[in-house]
Amino acid sequence: MILIISDIQEGKLRSVNAEVYTAAVALGKETGQPVATVLLGASGLKELAATAGNYGVEKAIVVEDAGLAPFSPDAYAAAIAHVIRETGASVVLMGATFTGKDVMPRVAQHLDVALVQDVINVRDEGGLVFTRPMYAGKVHADVRVQTSPALATIRPKSYKPAEQAADVAVEPMSVSVPAAKVQVVAYEGSSNGKLDVTEADIIVSGGRGMQGADKWGMLEELADLLGAATGCSRPVSDDGWRPHEEHIGQTGKTVSPDLYIACGISGAIQHVAGVSSSKFIVAVNKDPEAPIFKVADYGIVGDVFDVVPVITEEIRKVKG
Amino acid sequence: MNIAVCIKQTPDTTTRIQVADGGGEIVDDGIQWIISPYDEFAIEEALKLTEANGGEVTIVSMGPARVEKTIREALAMGAQKAIRIDCESIPNDPGVTAKVLAEVLRGRGFDLIFTGRQAIDGDQAQVPGRLAHLLDWACVSVVIDLAIDGDKGTALREVEGGSERVHFTMPAVIGANRHLNEPRYRNMRGIMKAKRIPIEVVQVDAPAPQLEITSYSYPPQKGERKLFENGASDVAEVVRLLREEAQVI
Ligand SMILES: Cc1cc2nc3c(=O)[nH]c(=O)nc-3n(C[C@H](O)[C@H](O)[C@H](O)COP(=O)(O)OP(=O)(O)OC[C@H]3O[C@@H](n4cnc5c(N)ncnc54)[C@H](O)[C@@H]3O)c2cc1C
Repeated sequence: MILIISDIQEGKLRSVNAEVYTAAVALGKETGQPVATVLLGASGLKELAATAGNYGVEKAIVVEDAGLAPFSPDAYAAAIAHVIRETGASVVLMGATFTGKDVMPRVAQHLDVALVQDVINVRDEGGLVFTRPMYAGKVHADVRVQTSPALATIRPKSYKPAEQAADVAVEPMSVSVPAAKVQVVAYEGSSNGKLDVTEADIIVSGGRGMQGADKWGMLEELADLLGAATGCSRPVSDDGWRPHEEHIGQTGKTVSPDLYIACGISGAIQHVAGVSSSKFIVAVNKDPEAPIFKVADYGIVGDVFDVVPVITEEIRKVKG
Repeated sequence: MNIAVCIKQTPDTTTRIQVADGGGEIVDDGIQWIISPYDEFAIEEALKLTEANGGEVTIVSMGPARVEKTIREALAMGAQKAIRIDCESIPNDPGVTAKVLAEVLRGRGFDLIFTGRQAIDGDQAQVPGRLAHLLDWACVSVVIDLAIDGDKGTALREVEGGSERVHFTMPAVIGANRHLNEPRYRNMRGIMKAKRIPIEVVQVDAPAPQLEITSYSYPPQKGERKLFENGASDVAEVVRLLREEAQVI
């Protein structure tokens, strides 16, 4: 069985789940295995199970236990390890969100098995092969695991969600939840409700060429129009022009959007590493020699203050 | 408060990582080695805590003799002791690293262990969670703010679009993130002092790896790049291409 750990935040399924369900259903077809998901929390999970069915998942195991609220990564890991043992799952997948990447190493150590984090592709080649970026995306590695079950986290935006209806059988399971050593007591969103760069289809990003915090209105307007997240280079977050969660690159977030628009960013190797798995990169820079043009699919040589407002205007036209 | 800080020697961030012919390995020659940048925040936090509460900071690193240069750089920030866990090459499997670290650190009387949130070569982000599990300690990683009060602690950890406030019990493994602090510079006095600190070399039998990297490759090349040199007057064409060719808007 292929088991997906559904990532639930504040009572909702994160967007990455649809991508992981899609990856799992495809792998299930390839390897002839059934696909199930497990939803864990204190209550109200059955309603979420139907969503998994929209992506072809046939079974939802629901673990409701008062000990699972507030969220605790160690209590969750213990509960997940229990479910894995109980179901005899051979492959276990979760989204490589901050939560997924925090919980799954603990699960892996519970079971004493390998874990492959931040996978961008998984396939069967006489045994599972997981492809993952290393060195912030400067190279890709193919990884095989020697232990069972095979555990992996799937990087957001690596799979396009594919809807395919299935009837989900909901099955409750009870587990013993240990006392938590770590508890999440509050979420403090400094840009609450805004799309995170790791989950966005489009990112509008600014560098030092934007000249100051007060110039970001222009980028936010473009981002709003595109339903995009805003990102930035490291000096921009270091100088406090933008909140640190927007910092992209080798020492910030690595992102894989469909479209990355870099405005006034030089394209230093540490920045480019973090955006190398973007499907399309557009760069606006006044310096024709800027290294960002070596990685941009479409480069526009020009002043951001002239070019960006025209991009917004043109996109508004085509979007009608 | 006695603190261990687990650090990893990694290639400098400016390194163009080279895949060997055949894709079997990463070419080591000519690499400039540094302390993985997140580990510097870990060292700084440990130093601050011992300066405020007393106790010692021990730098721990797994690797061949060449990592001693990196250990000295960490000592030069002000740490008192150092351990190098000898091995031919730094493991690719974070499970191996965690098990070895647990074996070496257990029973040495540490109250707190720091790591970086991840090392910038493997980007695995597994060692803190696995190590804590093996020691039966608490673990909080990607930490940007930390306060410890007796047998309890509070931390902020970065998550999508913001941060989580976390309560935890001591002892704990903490994975440091940028913004936790401003790592201090190494001054001449620190560098000289670090030269005289003995590095304890520990031999262990590393467990078998549970995963194998079968090949490395460069990210796939994309289509032809287009450079538009007329600024704003080319924008309409770029927008058309994004819509019709790239189909991303
Ligand atoms: C250990 C380490 C880790 C690092 N990690 C990261 C990381 O994770 N992410 C990261 O981003 N950086 C990182 N850096 C920093 C990196 O090396 C660069 O310094 C940084 O990315 C540069 O940011 P920038 O492109 O915004 O600024 P700059 O390099 O100053 O570039 C500004 C660009 O804007 C252009 N410009 C200026 N004015 C205009 C205008 N009016 N119109 C159009 N273009 C204009 C200029 O031509 C220039 O290309 C790291 C550095 C180190 C040492």
